Amino acid sequence: MFYREAGQFKISYSADMAIFPIAQDRIAVLAIVAAAFLLMPFVATEYFLNSIMVPTLILALAAVGLNILVGYCGQVSLGSGAFMAIGAYAAYNFAIRVPELPLLVSILLGGVVSAMVGVFFGIPSLRIKGFYLAVATLAAQFFFDWLFLRAGWFTNYTPSGSVNAPRLDVFGWTVNTPVERYIFVLGLVCVFTLLAKNLVRGHVGRQWMAIRDMDIAAEIIGIRPMYAKLSAFAVSSFFVGVAGALWAFVHLGSWEPLAFSIDRSFQLLFAIIIGGLGSILGCFLGAAFMWILPIFLDIALPPLGELVGWTMDKATVSHFSVMIFGALIIFFLIVEPHGLARLWSIVKEKLRLWPFPY
Amino acid sequence: MGFFLEVLIGGLLTGVLYSLVALGFVLIFKASGVFNFAQGAMVLMAGLALVQLIQPTYIGLWHFVGIGALVAAVAGLLVLRVLRGGTFAVVKGDWRVHLPMLVAVGAGLVGGLLALAGGAKGWPLWLAIPAAIAVMVAVAWVVERWVLRPLVNQEGIILFMATLGITFFIDGFSQTIFGSNVYPLNVGLSKDPVFLLESVFDGGILVNQLDISGAIIAGVLVAGLAVFFQKTRIGRALRAVADDHAAAQSVGIPLNWIWFIVWSVAGIVALVAAIVWGSKLGIQFSLTFLALKALPVLILGGFTSVPGAIVGGLLIGAGEKLAEVYFPALTKYVLGTAMPGGIEYWFAYVLALVFLLFRPQGLFGERIIERV
Repeated sequence: MFYREAGQFKISYSADMAIFPIAQDRIAVLAIVAAAFLLMPFVATEYFLNSIMVPTLILALAAVGLNILVGYCGQVSLGSGAFMAIGAYAAYNFAIRVPELPLLVSILLGGVVSAMVGVFFGIPSLRIKGFYLAVATLAAQFFFDWLFLRAGWFTNYTPSGSVNAPRLDVFGWTVNTPVERYIFVLGLVCVFTLLAKNLVRGHVGRQWMAIRDMDIAAEIIGIRPMYAKLSAFAVSSFFVGVAGALWAFVHLGSWEPLAFSIDRSFQLLFAIIIGGLGSILGCFLGAAFMWILPIFLDIALPPLGELVGWTMDKATVSHFSVMIFGALIIFFLIVEPHGLARLWSIVKEKLRLWPFPY
Repeated sequence: MGFFLEVLIGGLLTGVLYSLVALGFVLIFKASGVFNFAQGAMVLMAGLALVQLIQPTYIGLWHFVGIGALVAAVAGLLVLRVLRGGTFAVVKGDWRVHLPMLVAVGAGLVGGLLALAGGAKGWPLWLAIPAAIAVMVAVAWVVERWVLRPLVNQEGIILFMATLGITFFIDGFSQTIFGSNVYPLNVGLSKDPVFLLESVFDGGILVNQLDISGAIIAGVLVAGLAVFFQKTRIGRALRAVADDHAAAQSVGIPLNWIWFIVWSVAGIVALVAAIVWGSKLGIQFSLTFLALKALPVLILGGFTSVPGAIVGGLLIGAGEKLAEVYFPALTKYVLGTAMPGGIEYWFAYVLALVFLLFRPQGLFGERIIERV
């Protein structure tokens, strides 16, 4: 009833190419973004902003990057944690070695370095596919884990191996309080999401999707597989690298290589698969699922255990929540292998007729 | 020269253990096309179950009762299967539809009562190992019934992520049930080092007896698997499924049953790996990372080749140890600065990556990768 596009005519090319062709979508997205910018800082507690909103947004940005590679170009990567680490350490090194650079520039340069390394590790994708490629990307993960742990230059020879982010000065604005951090991250995430959305709608994105759907056919209609695959690796690693730099600078503040271990790669891969491969909205849903659910389980399990007379100690709670988490992941994969984004599109179909179905 | 051989042999023996884990991957990938990341978690679970059944330090009486019931139920179902000789058509409404359930519940009750009578004292090895196998068989059944069957016909990546979910579940479950400390495992394998070839080299070559017995166990296991695959009816069915799912199904091989068998076999392989690794390092959470060590082995050997898993494991094991010992010295000689140590961590992967560029299907893998 409310979600019906009848009567909305596209009378210009720009209307035809709009990101959200339906007015209701446009209004809803604008309302959500406006609420995130204007309402959230006033209603949310510091804890909520710091440990839920900021990490979820950054993870969503990294998931957008990974989704470009896996969901749009069909190249499975298990090395996204490493590319986050490259972004973080590159941005850190730019920030401390060239102090004149504005913070935003060092973060973006971190992404650029990550993109270059991504292209290098994308070269095997020209010859191999599927799980062989996935395992090959693990090489990046393990190599960079080791490099940042063992090579002192990258951590500026700090004895503990843990490094501190520089002060967050964005063109004279010092990002300090939780609200400021949140706004900073939200702004960047919005800009980059818009960028990603437009990339995947444009001709580059269409090339990626053609390669994903059938690479040989794509080659025959004139798409260069090398260019398409390597550009997907570059763009994806750039996004993931920027997200890594934000994760380190804004969310963690001080970090060590363990923050970007293989678990992070799996977390991101889960986020895009639970959220929905080949969907930008799915990245946000999936990242929220992957970040919030474990926190929720950790909080909710002890009282639930008490209900049935089972007092859990801390270790048991963490094991038990891992177990429930695994079961829920399997459950979601079985119920909707195409992810939460697919669920949302089903809901939209239903909404068109609601409340008067045939 | 003696030192070089010592490093080489040590590496080869470690490689045997990598092969053990890789073998579980290959079995499942061949039969069902599932890239089973949970193999490492299965090693952990098998090890924890075994060590806690032999020397209970974490689990109590009720765990024993539960495992006793489980073991008896699995054994009862197995006996039923053997007596009945495969499935037969059962008319709907016939009481025999419920026969397996009845047998499982009955045997489970008996087993539970027996375990209750025995108390939480820890079981002897001859009982604990079959019990651990029964636990792994139960895991295989649950995985087949509740994960693989609903996800049939999904893309490989979805199945892979599902096995990651299984990994989380098994990790959490086994540590909730069996505890999460480091437990030393003693099944009677000697740990003393021995010197070999003392007449050839000055001082001989130092080798750990445990590694040798591990290699022997692995050899026996591989030989047993080879016989199982080549000479038995089920083995033939497994090979048929590995060749072509659809054709195998059309000649009447029940796919679900085959998947259950192959996950059970992978569970048993995991138990063997747990016994050997556990005797060496103790049963602990880090055993799950064995899965990560086995991946480059698979790339080197090919995802679908059992001999490939063995040879790949040996190559990775030896290459890793040699690189760890000689690379820093080499870089110091060539570049002037020594490389930081600990390259064991990634060497196998980079080796596999370089290898992939030249031979994408692995040493013995089938040529299924399309060139683009």
